[in-house]
Amino acid sequence: MLELKDLHVEVEGEGIEILKGVNLKVKKGEIHAIMGPNGSGKSTLSKVVAGHPEYEVTKGDILFEGESILELDPDERAHKGVFLAFQYPVEVPGVTNNTLLRESYNTIAASMGREELDPLEFEDYIKDKLDLVQMDPEFLNRSVNTGFSGGEKKRNEIFQMAVLQPKLSLLDETDSGLDIDALKIVSNGINQLHGEDDAVVLITHYQRLLNYITPDYVHVMMGGKIVKSGEKELALELEEKGYDWLEDLATVNGEAK
Amino acid sequence: MSETKALESMIGEEYKYGFTTDVEYEDFPTGINEDVVRLISEKKNEPEWMTEFRLKAFRAWKEMEEPDWFNATYEKPKFDKLQYYSAPKNKPKLDSLDDVDPKIRETYEKLGIPLEEQKALAGVAVDAVFDSVSIFTTFKEKLAEAGVIFCSISEAIQNHPELVKKYMGSVVPARDNFYAALNSAVFSDGSFCYVPKDTICPMELSTYFRINNMNSGQFERTLIIAEENSHVSYLEGCTAPMYDEHQLHAAVVELVALENAEIKYSTIQNWYSGDEDGKGGIYNFVTKRGACRGDNSKISWTQLETGSAVTLKYPSVILQGDNSVGEFYSVAVTNNRQQADTGTKMIHLGKNTKSTIISKGISAGKSDNSYRGQVKFSKKADNARNYSQCDSMLIGQTCGAHTFPYIESANPTAKVEHEATTSRVGEDQIFYLQQRGLSEDDAISLIVNGFAKEVLKELPMEFAVEANKLLGIKLEGSVG
Ligand SMILES: Nc1ncnc2c1ncn2[C@@H]1O[C@H](COP(=O)(O)OP(=O)(O)OP(=O)(O)O)[C@@H](O)[C@H]1O
Ligand SMILES: [Mg+2]
Repeated sequence: MLELKDLHVEVEGEGIEILKGVNLKVKKGEIHAIMGPNGSGKSTLSKVVAGHPEYEVTKGDILFEGESILELDPDERAHKGVFLAFQYPVEVPGVTNNTLLRESYNTIAASMGREELDPLEFEDYIKDKLDLVQMDPEFLNRSVNTGFSGGEKKRNEIFQMAVLQPKLSLLDETDSGLDIDALKIVSNGINQLHGEDDAVVLITHYQRLLNYITPDYVHVMMGGKIVKSGEKELALELEEKGYDWLEDLATVNGEAK
Repeated sequence: MSETKALESMIGEEYKYGFTTDVEYEDFPTGINEDVVRLISEKKNEPEWMTEFRLKAFRAWKEMEEPDWFNATYEKPKFDKLQYYSAPKNKPKLDSLDDVDPKIRETYEKLGIPLEEQKALAGVAVDAVFDSVSIFTTFKEKLAEAGVIFCSISEAIQNHPELVKKYMGSVVPARDNFYAALNSAVFSDGSFCYVPKDTICPMELSTYFRINNMNSGQFERTLIIAEENSHVSYLEGCTAPMYDEHQLHAAVVELVALENAEIKYSTIQNWYSGDEDGKGGIYNFVTKRGACRGDNSKISWTQLETGSAVTLKYPSVILQGDNSVGEFYSVAVTNNRQQADTGTKMIHLGKNTKSTIISKGISAGKSDNSYRGQVKFSKKADNARNYSQCDSMLIGQTCGAHTFPYIESANPTAKVEHEATTSRVGEDQIFYLQQRGLSEDDAISLIVNGFAKEVLKELPMEFAVEANKLLGIKLEGSVG
């Protein structure tokens, strides 16, 4: 579904290289976890896949369902089924969650040739989705993320994922900020949304999340590269040993800091 | 693309009202002096008192200095090069729509304002003003049944002189300011509305102003009077062709609300704003003021200002009657090289008077957008209250937003609450919405509409959709 080939990324116009040759293959039906120290490039990776204009791909390629999406705008990537749950969801004052979601849903539906929903049909459609993440319907009438607590914002991201039903979900630290109960609920929601035909990439700092959502693969990112990949046991090993022992790998593989 | 680079490439959607109508105009001299003022009055077949009103205003204007205290720089209009009256040649008496020049009818058709009543927006009566003259007023008969007078100001001078004499200049005196004086001397046409006692006007009233002639100024004069226990809602819209030269639009609007009366005045201003480099566009220098003369009366201004090269405009309310209410809801959008200095004055004279100011400024491109507001409490304004909220939104790095609130209080029981915020539409906000599938333009439109929502909801329903669209179009492509 997603393939990153020797991906090099710089901050547009500033010449600072952040990703230094990332290779990653994610197949349909899989869940991948990406872990790694602060500042190693995890969020950058997710934003680059989603098409953030701040970053420039200087080398390599991003393939989605076999085709390069490098030239596509963020909205075109979203239409193809790429979804990013943001580490820091953005506030949009004056625009209700409901307005945005319906516009999103219908724009994506139209581009995929699916049927658009009128306000009443949409109301029916999202009922289940609210239940899935146990979200108070009140939030539909509030401005997007405005004044939401940290945890509420994260839950709202997964609610949007549930509504939009993407093929590839990149979840950037969705677990941080959630309390213990919310973490269970949201994880449970993600598990239910995930199936044979979609893929999930989880970015997280904590093994705890992986107790609820079992990844097929775990990757460690350091200094802008994936320095080690393994199965879910790798996460436990990281929890125990931290990242120091991988430092050598990061430098052996190149000129990482 | 980096944020600055992305945000700097300004394209702005083409102005779709920029066409010119090819009509023949009556001859009229250029420039201004007492003879020209007399000639205007003569052309309009005005009574002596009206001619005197004009001449007095003209003499006052000659003594006045053009103001320059606002936050805008522009080339001053060349008053001796302007044409102060511009009427299409074959303008017959406007009893029937068939008499209207087909080219002008077509113009309004193209602007989306059909003058045929059966095609018109349900529930909205329109007065169409083309350059200096009112072309046609729809639904006159239906309004007359309710006792409401809605016609051009020229007709009102002929047919209802006692009302015009009593109220014209009573809210905005001829010597009020430089542009009001000029308008009082040379005003050409505009709308007149009188709602009698105990009457709720059965339709939305609206005037559609169109400047067509390149060298003519438009000096519109509007007067609305709401008698005791009456209610009226009025909307004006404006567009102009694209010329490389600036055109001057200097209007005066006066509103009078008597006891328990309510006037709601809305504006959708979309004059041509000039090109990306600031070439051409309308100078929109307007004096709008309402007087809440009666107790418990209410005047509410709502404006969506998107056009013009330079806008100087401060719709105000004089809260004379006890318990009277003044409101000002404004969205001012500037893009490219546009400059807007707009706001309001709330003058509290009566007891328990209340005013609300909600101003939303949106600046993009290399534009400048200023809010200027004055709230004044006189000695007698016991327990008067004002709430002001001024929010600015910046799109890109090259525009400016400024807020100048002035508060003067001579009464210790008066209360003011003032809030102001400035926010920037960031690349992250746009990226977030794009990630959710919206195009860049839709994303900006959504953000801006969200920001302006509190004001837009005050517009008459019939026009709300238009307004939403206009905002979107205005800012299309404003982020690379
Ligand atoms: N626009 C930018 N300009 C300059 N530096 C940037 C920019 N974006 C990211 N960086 C830098 O790139 C590095 C990677 O950032 P990124 O946000 O991807 O890290 P992360 O792995 O997600 O970290 P965390 O675990 O703290 O979320 C950091 O050093 C960050 O400061
Ligand atoms: Mg991060």
